[in-house]
Formats: sequence, C-alpha cells, structure tokens
Amino acid sequence: MNFLDNSVLTLITFLPLIGSIVVLLLPKNNEGLIKRFSVLWSLIPLALSVWLAADYFMNYVATGVGGMAYEIRVSWIPSLGVNYHVGADGLSVPLIFLTALLTTLGIYYSTRVIRTRVREFFALFLFLATGMFGVFIALDLVLFYVFWEIGLVPMYFMIGIWGQEKDRPQYAAIKFFLYTLAGSVFMLLAIIGVYLSTGTFDIIDAAAKGVWANMPLYATLSFWAFFVAFAIKVPAWPFHTWLPDAHTAAPTAGSVILAGVLLKLGAYGFLRILMPMFTDSFRQFGWVVALIGVIGIVYGAFVSLAQKDLKRLIAYSSVSHMGYVLLGIGAAAWALNFDPDQGGLFDTAAMALNGATLQMFFHGLITGALFFLVGVIYERAHTRDLAKFGGLSGLTPYFYATMMFAGFASLGLPGLAGFWAEFFTFRGAFGVVPILAVVGVIGIVITAAYILYRIIQNVFLGPYDAKRWTHWTTIEGEHADGPTDMARFEKITLWPLVFFMILFGVLPSLVLVYFNQFAVETLRALF
Amino acid sequence: MNISDTLFLAPELILLLTGFAALGVDLALRRNTDGRASAIVALVGLLLAFVAALNLAASGVNAVIASTMAVDAFALFFKAVTTIGVALVILASMNYMKGRSKYLGEFYALLVFATLAISITVSATNLILVYLGIEFLSITSYILAGFIRGDKLSEEAATKYFLYGATAGAVMLYGISLLYGATGATDLAAVGRALSASGANFYLGIAAIIFLVVGFGFKATWVPFHHWAPDTYDGAPTPVTAYLSTASKAAGFAVAARVLIIAMPEFATDWTNYLAALAILTMSVANFVALKQRSVKRMLAYSSVAHAGYILIGLAAIGSDPTFNGLNGLLIYIIAYIFTNVGAFLTVMAVERQAHSNDIEAYAGLVRRAPALTLLMTIFLLSLAGIPPTAGFIGKFFVLGAAVQQDMLVLAAVGAVNVVIAAAYYLNVVRYMFFVDEEDEGPQISLGGAGLGSALVICAIMVFVIGIFAQPFITWAGQSVNLVIAAGF
Repeated sequence: MNFLDNSVLTLITFLPLIGSIVVLLLPKNNEGLIKRFSVLWSLIPLALSVWLAADYFMNYVATGVGGMAYEIRVSWIPSLGVNYHVGADGLSVPLIFLTALLTTLGIYYSTRVIRTRVREFFALFLFLATGMFGVFIALDLVLFYVFWEIGLVPMYFMIGIWGQEKDRPQYAAIKFFLYTLAGSVFMLLAIIGVYLSTGTFDIIDAAAKGVWANMPLYATLSFWAFFVAFAIKVPAWPFHTWLPDAHTAAPTAGSVILAGVLLKLGAYGFLRILMPMFTDSFRQFGWVVALIGVIGIVYGAFVSLAQKDLKRLIAYSSVSHMGYVLLGIGAAAWALNFDPDQGGLFDTAAMALNGATLQMFFHGLITGALFFLVGVIYERAHTRDLAKFGGLSGLTPYFYATMMFAGFASLGLPGLAGFWAEFFTFRGAFGVVPILAVVGVIGIVITAAYILYRIIQNVFLGPYDAKRWTHWTTIEGEHADGPTDMARFEKITLWPLVFFMILFGVLPSLVLVYFNQFAVETLRALF
Repeated sequence: MNISDTLFLAPELILLLTGFAALGVDLALRRNTDGRASAIVALVGLLLAFVAALNLAASGVNAVIASTMAVDAFALFFKAVTTIGVALVILASMNYMKGRSKYLGEFYALLVFATLAISITVSATNLILVYLGIEFLSITSYILAGFIRGDKLSEEAATKYFLYGATAGAVMLYGISLLYGATGATDLAAVGRALSASGANFYLGIAAIIFLVVGFGFKATWVPFHHWAPDTYDGAPTPVTAYLSTASKAAGFAVAARVLIIAMPEFATDWTNYLAALAILTMSVANFVALKQRSVKRMLAYSSVAHAGYILIGLAAIGSDPTFNGLNGLLIYIIAYIFTNVGAFLTVMAVERQAHSNDIEAYAGLVRRAPALTLLMTIFLLSLAGIPPTAGFIGKFFVLGAAVQQDMLVLAAVGAVNVVIAAAYYLNVVRYMFFVDEEDEGPQISLGGAGLGSALVICAIMVFVIGIFAQPFITWAGQSVNLVIAAGF
C-alpha cells in the first residue's frame, strides 16, 4: 500500500471537500440523491481512517517505532518556507478516526431530520470535515492556521441557518465566530513570531530549534497568545461563554461535531504546538493550566446541575469534562519541573497525559452520543425543558437504556469508556498537583449528581404526566399521542457509539496504545 | 527625451490615446448614447496598458525619464494593478450606468484619464510632478464622483470631495514649498541628500512631513483626513466608488511610500511613528463607525477606510528584512484588496440595480433570490475579513508580519483586535443574506449581465488564486520594492 502511505492523510482531508463541491452541483430538488451521496461519500474517509489506525498500529505502535508517519512535505509558499507538511502520530490517528466516525454518523442522522435547505447543509457538513481533518494532520503552522479558520465558516452557517429560532441561533453563530477569531488572530501574530525567531513555520523543526530561546519575554507572550486561542476553543474557563449558546442553538449533528471534534482541536493544539514548542513556558505555567482545568471541572459541573434545559446541561458538562483534559496536560507540564526518575514521576506524568488524551477521545464518543440523544427527545417533544420531563422510562425503554449507557459513561462508571480517562487523569494529577486533583474530584461527584438526578431521574423516572406536554410528534413530524421510542435510524446512529463505549471500557488499551506511544515519546523528549 | 523613453512611457501613451479614442468614438456614434462603444475602447486600451506595464516590469527596466518620472518595478506594479482594477470596474459598469447619465462616453474616457493620472503619480520622482499628478487625479475624480447630475447624493459627493481635496492639496503644496526652501531641490533623491547632508533643519523637516502626510492621507483616506470618504463613497455612482476606494487609494499609498522613503530617510523614525499612530486611529475609528451602518454601501465605505489603516501598517513598519519589510506587505495587501473590494462593490452594484436599495434589509434572504451572487459576496466579505485561504488573509499576514518584525507589538495587537471588530460587521451582511427571512418576496436578482457577471467571477477567482497560490504575487511584490527599500534604508 505504498500509494496510501503517502496520500492517505491528504485523501482523508480533501475528499470531503470534493464531496462538498459535488453536492453543490447536484440538482437541488433531488434531496434523496444528495443525502445518499453524502452518506456514502463520508464512508470513504471513515474507511481510510480505519486503515490508517490499523496500519499505524501494525507498523509503528506494535513495532515500537512510533513517531510521525505518512509524512509528506511539498513546498507551498517557498519564499516563506511554508510547506504543505502533513503527518500523523499516536495522538492524531485516533482523533482522525473519531472525526471520521462522528462525521459519518452526523451526516447519516441528519439525512432524516434536516428538512430545509438540504443541499447547503450537506455541502457545509462535508466542508467542515475538511477543516477538522486538516487541523489534525497539519505540521506547518500556516497550514494549521488555515485549517483552523476554515472550520469556523461552515459551523457558523450551520448554527445560524439550522438553529432553532428560540435559541437565538444568529447571535450564537456570530458569538462562536468572533470568539474563536479573537483567539486566533493573536495566535497568528505568535505564529509570525515563531517564524521570526526560528526561520521556519514547521511545527517539528521550530520545536527542535527552540522558539524565542534567549528571549523569555517573547516566549511568554507567544505562549499566552497560543494559549488563549486554544483555551477559547477547548473551551477553558473563563473563555467558555460562547459554548452553551453555540451548542444549544446548533442542529443536533452540529452540536455533536462541536462537542465531539471542534473542542478537541483546542486540546490538540496544546499538545501538538504548545507543549513541544514552548516547553519552558509550559513548564513554568503548567500549574496555571491545571488550575484553570480544575476550575472548569468544578464550575462546569455546578453550572450543569443548575440548568433547566437538557441540551444546555450537556453543553456545560462539556466545559467540565474538557477541564479534565487541561488538568491532565497541566499536571504533565508541571511534572517537567522535577526529576523524572524520582518516585516514578515519569510514569505519573505519562499517566496524566494519557488521561488527558483518552478524555479527548472518549468525551467525543460520549458527548456525541448524549447530543444525539437530546436530538431524539427534542424531535418528538419539541422542548428540552427539564421541568416538563418525567416518567419516560416505561414508554421509551430503548431510549432510556441508551441514555443510561451514555450517562454512566459520562460520569465515569467503571466498565465504560469514560472511567479510564478520569482514572488516568486523576492518578497522574495526584502525583504532581495533589491539591488541585483533590479539588477536581468534587467535579466527579457533581457530575454523578447531574447525570443521575437531572437527566436519569428527571427525564425518565417518576410518573408520566401527559398534561405537562403540549404535543408529541413522531420523528417524521406527525402528531402522536405520546412519546414514541427511538426509530431505527436513531438506533443505527447510536449503536456504534455505545459499542465503542463498552469496548473501550473493557479494553481501553485499544486506544491507549496509541496515546501512550505519543505520551512517552513526548515526555522523553521534554524531560 | 529620446526614442527609448517613449517605450518606457508606453502605458501612459496608450492610456492617453485610449482616453481620446473613447471620447472620439462616442462623438462619432453620437446617437448611440449607451456608451458601449466607448467602454469597449476603454477596456481594450486599459488591457493594452496593463500588458505594456507587465512587459516593462518583466524586462526589469529602471529608468528616470525627463528627471521627473521613474519607470521602475515599483511604479510598474501600481500601473499594472490599477489598470486591471479600473478595467474590471468598466467591464462591470456598462449595464449599470446605462440610463443613469447621457454622457457615458465622457464617463469612460474620464476613468481612463484617471488611470493615466494614477500612472503618472506613481512614477513621479519630483515634488512638482507629485503635486501635479495628485491634482490631475483629483480633478478627474471630482467629476466622476458627481457624474450623475441631478442626483443630490452624487452632487454632494463631488462637492465634499472637491472642498476637502482643494484644502488638502493646498496644505500639501505648502509642505512642498517648505521642503524646497530647506533644500533648494524638488527632486526626491536630491531632497533626501540635502536633508541628510546639511544637518537638516529638524523642525522644517517635521513640518514638511506633516503637511505632506495631510495630502497623502486625503488621497489614501487616513483618519483624520478621511472625512470626505464615507459621503463621497456613498453618494458617488457605485462603479466610481469601486474605483475611488481601490485604484485611487493605491495611488495615494504609492506616492506616500516613494516620497517618504526617498526624500525623508533622515526622518524615518519620526514618520514611521506618525504613520503607526495614524494606522491605529484609522483602523479603530473606521471599524467602530462601520459597525453602526445600516447601508451596505456605506458600511463598505467605512470598511475601505479601515483597510487603508491595515495597509498603512505596512508603511509604518517599514524595514529592510527580506521577508517582512513592510513595503512588500503594502503591495501584497493592495493587490489582494483591489480584487476583493472591487468585487464587493460590484456585488453592491448588482443588488442596487435590481433591488433599488443599498439597505442591509435589501440583502435579507438574498441566498434564495440570488444564490450565485450571495456566494460571491460571501467570498469577498470573508476575504475582507482576512479569513484564509483568501487573498485578504495573505495581505493581513504580511502587514501584521512586518509589524511584529519591527517590534511594533502595540500596532500589531491593535490590528489584530480590529480584524475581529471588522469581522463582526462583515458577518452581519452574511447573516442577513443567509439567516434572515425577507419580509416580502423581493425581486429575483441575477448576476446583472455578462459584463458584471464576468467581472465578479474574475474577482472571486483572483481572491482564491492570490490566497492559495500566493508565491508569484509575493515574489512580484518583493521584486517591486527592492530598489525603493535599498534607496531609502
């Protein structure tokens, strides 16, 4: 498979773009064709990403080679030394798979629930995939920036056009765009700074040369410029305020992609750019990152508990859960200040990093599933008001069961995927920043509270009171006398996610091998 | 003057003949008043001038003619991009102008003469010719701005432009006379030498810079010399606005760069500081005011003032770094900006012609009535906002890069903040076009004829070509500024 070795990443990234253009050229009224084409087309990057994961495992993980693979470097703007330089390693391979999976599921789910402006929707969805894949493969800062910004545009349209009127989608869309842009323009200045100090835009070369090595002030400024851009995307407290609006307003599949992938781009930036390139600053401010993470964990959990809207609750739970990622990364960075051989600190730091990366991956699966499940109930009840829900367990058992899996995975029940991420994060963080880790545990307790009390109990348990509901419809939008259980397409959308939650809950090593490869390599280079 | 000089002046000679030919054709076909023949003549002439300028640039010529006009890479760059910009405007305005005025032959001829004025101005190496060039450019522009006689807004546009222009011209002339008094020279290089040799009179130099900057700032719309611009851009016929906000503005930047760099290198630290302050002021004021506009044309007018601020960053952050010397950023920004902004105003033209309004409400639900036009407008707006992979991103990348390179971090940070502010109002138009439902079903809007349609498509393609295949443009801009930078720094 020599051909694929060189081109697999490019194919994964740009095939959706081609698909997007094809969709725009398809006849507008033939919605069936547009939908079928989009689903089938999205299967190609998914298949390639599976091949990528298998191939990387066999040739790089199992053999212990590790490192960047599938690299190509083609000159793009020679006078600036900007290259089309792409590659994938243990960090990006699973995330590429996650992106492809959620894209396919999102497109498949949307074929049944998107009824207006169909052609635009699927064209934008495919276009969005290009932006997301691109960030995960880019190894050149300018290329990274281009993909980073490209993703903004389709998501802006998705929120604005297909959002529910009462969620103020236009406001949410522009807020999402401007917040992210505000972070990224300063990142652009810092990127230029990297070039001025090292003479290259290449992420790997710049890290090797040392960015602003003799100018700590500039190093610190650049560090924070990148930091804020990524923290807005994650989103870390206090940069999170765009998230609940955007998530709530976005159409179901848009929320899934937002929570499942777009938030990971920020965390990915921490690991791909900040950690190797600004190691000294990161070492110095590792505790700040961990602290912000812990604040996010606890704050997000409490705010979730107070929500009255189911979708908003899950949106805030993302703030909390992405806090684990920051805690893990911050702890690993803080550990770099000490002797790695003392008391197994190297392993502790690796565990913190593994926890963070596992959380990125599993949060994508779990929260993706949760947002799909919100869509399930919303398409029937046309409300997400938690005060109105109750007693659905007997009427919609399938929905109830699926929600239990996703909810329990989210609160970290052993045996399901979420547990491992939390376990590794806290095991690692305890060894480095014990006080912060202890505070962070509060978040786990509150998470259990809002999942069990607000979601499971409020929505499913108790008596079913028909008077509280204005009207029910079936998923097709026809009148119904009461809640109907999940339709087959909804089950098909959620099966893979539940399957992976259980599979990775039992065998976390299937994912962990990739991330551990990355964590050990990174830490070995940085300690 | 010898025969080879005529060759070097080929673009100007072509433009001169074209202008008269456009008038003559109109005269010969007196009854045919839609001006199409003149427009075609003008178009052909502009394209020939464009090719001539490119050819000269490719030959690497570097000459001074009659000791007042430099035919060098820097001037030829501006000649090439402004002729192509004006050509796009003429291509697009044939349908739009039909019926708006009886004197369309004169209209196209004046646009050609304005281009000739730009060509002369960007070449001027003598203060007298600088002044004459700017005046020539201004007078043709005054007439163009007020071309629709009887239209109150158009008349106001011209009057305001004229009053401001006359004042700015007088102030600039005073600055020139001060420089002549201090140095006894009007040739830019001679002025530069005299200022550095004699232990120049510091205060005289500073005063001259300030007065000159008023003149340049008027042409290139730097705050606070921009007051005429929003009203004039808003009131002038939209094709004229497209020309005024791009080609004419580019000429202001070209002449400012040449005069300051060649004649004032001694005072470089002073004028770069002033220009940095003006850039900050220009971007911030224009962007904040643009936020409040309800008319898309007026919003774009303020946005074009704001872009003058971004471009000015390039001149303020000038240096000798081969990658980010500021001046190459200025050129790259201008070429990106010309295609983007002409495209944006042409879209406004298409909507205005068919919906008879520039109000943002006229854009509500535009995607349903004019999907192609909406897509094009979105491309232009994203490029104006500086989102990759469009031309606007490359421009911003280079001017901000120069600011960081020169350690002008405050300037760079203000520029970055302004990118976000500007995105807010550009996206507001996108919001109306895509998200807002129109109150009553407005008219179906087409691309507005073959001319306008093809001009729009050319602009959109160029926006992506510059954004994605940037290297040739970067190289061209770099080569165009090398000699100027070497002469001054």
